[in-house]
Amino acid sequence: MDIRIENLSKHYGPQAAVDGIGFSVNTGEVLGFLGPNGAGKTTTMKMICGLVAPDQGTIRVGGHSVLKEPQIVRRHIGYLPENNPLYEDMPVLDHLRFSAKVQGVPEGRIQERIAEMVRVCGLDAEKHKRVGELSKGYRQRVGLAQAMVHDPEVLILDEPTTGLDPNQIVEIRELIKEVGRAKTVIFSTHILPEVEATCDRILIISKGRIVAHASPADLRRQAQGRAVLNVRVEEVDVSIVYSALAGLPGVDLVETLAQGGFILQCAPDMAVARSVSALCAERHWPLTELHSPGTRLEDIFRDLTLN
Amino acid sequence: MGKTWTIALKELASFFDSLMAYILLFVFLGISGFFTWWYGADVFMAGQAELASFFSIAYWTLFFFIPTLTMRTLAEERRTGTLDLLLTKAVTDRQVVLGKFIANLMLIALALLCTLPYYLTIVSIGDVDHGAVICGYLALLLMSASYIGLGILASSLTQNQLVAFLIALLIGTSFHLLFGIVASAATGAVGEVLGFLGMGTHFDSMSRGVVDSRDVIYFLSLTAAGLMGAELRLAKRGLK
Repeated sequence: MDIRIENLSKHYGPQAAVDGIGFSVNTGEVLGFLGPNGAGKTTTMKMICGLVAPDQGTIRVGGHSVLKEPQIVRRHIGYLPENNPLYEDMPVLDHLRFSAKVQGVPEGRIQERIAEMVRVCGLDAEKHKRVGELSKGYRQRVGLAQAMVHDPEVLILDEPTTGLDPNQIVEIRELIKEVGRAKTVIFSTHILPEVEATCDRILIISKGRIVAHASPADLRRQAQGRAVLNVRVEEVDVSIVYSALAGLPGVDLVETLAQGGFILQCAPDMAVARSVSALCAERHWPLTELHSPGTRLEDIFRDLTLN
Repeated sequence: MGKTWTIALKELASFFDSLMAYILLFVFLGISGFFTWWYGADVFMAGQAELASFFSIAYWTLFFFIPTLTMRTLAEERRTGTLDLLLTKAVTDRQVVLGKFIANLMLIALALLCTLPYYLTIVSIGDVDHGAVICGYLALLLMSASYIGLGILASSLTQNQLVAFLIALLIGTSFHLLFGIVASAATGAVGEVLGFLGMGTHFDSMSRGVVDSRDVIYFLSLTAAGLMGAELRLAKRGLK
């Protein structure tokens, strides 16, 4: 099932939480939804789930309008709200059974679906405890399990990995990746390596508007107008190396660091790296470091959301 | 209906999980038992085999207990965020409100069922007007339905349980006391309307064994008004 969003807006008083955004997600795609706090991620996700009515715009899930046919759409959506609210008093299995029933899973399939969720989400050890007694990691797994128990075709996950330890984050990430092969997934986060590891596409929003929408690789490429090269040449007089490096074709700027280190700003292809290594070989300089740190996703994110 | 029932059973289970149900049953039976059999205008004062004194005591205890029961229904879910969870499932707002209503009513019905020994005791003492007793229980149940409806409405307005309790008590007091008092002071059409709005006259005539369709309609419309208000409030979530 695909999601198509057009010209979506939502105002809270005079403030625009979401300001005319539009995008689509195809079946089998994982979309990473990025943005600073308060950018409108949660509001957008709530509108997709039919929890908040938009002031303007249309949302279609699998061709069904969220506003006009909310009951049909909800049956196909699994939603993990922000902060993962759950009924604390309920035992894990009862909670999953309740979710399955209200989502209209046929009585005969409920047991099988619950067993499947317990297996997929690794809940076996804790399945008889009450939700309120679980650790944060297990709570999160219960949240995911209740969102997926009716085998929805669309998954909307609002910050599924907040508050988890690094091991748990990797586990949840793997889970999302696996689920995302067959389903349509939108998940929001502000952990950047996470989107790189899991998403097919990244959507960055800021102040209710889309500021970038591309695959992680494309996003990197877009931002590579100014490649950087780290170079270190030891045991040679700094000023000689400096002028030699500055003289190379394609080098815009050279900065010197301590102990023979240099940072070159240059054209974004590998020709400069090649000529640096040729230069050092020709003059018999000991070249101890030559690498391109690449553009970090963090920098792109800061660039796009700060101005 | 299936999903409404699922929600109702889950709510009922949570009453028992959180001890709320046990406390309510204990205190309700304690207070009504104490005043019915032991103290004040108890059954023995009447000199007749009837349960009227129990009905008039339950009329007051339920008035105070129902808001404590209904205050958490929606307010608590709104505060913890589970309302978002529930409303994004494939259920309608009406199913959510009705499910909660049924759960509350079932708990009250259970509390009333626990007073069955009172009836059996009275039956063993003398000749009982069985019709009047059945009417009395029906009146208590209908009145409870009205207050549960209004209580759920109060609970839908806020995310603070205490505020929900106070709003429910405020609305309840109007129907339980104020309209009746003002009606007795007012004359003419105003007096009549207020008199009709008061809970007391409807409850009294019914608990004496007179089933008038006007009384039944009164209780049912109050219930419906409360539940529809709560449902509207849930549907309004997107429009704020």
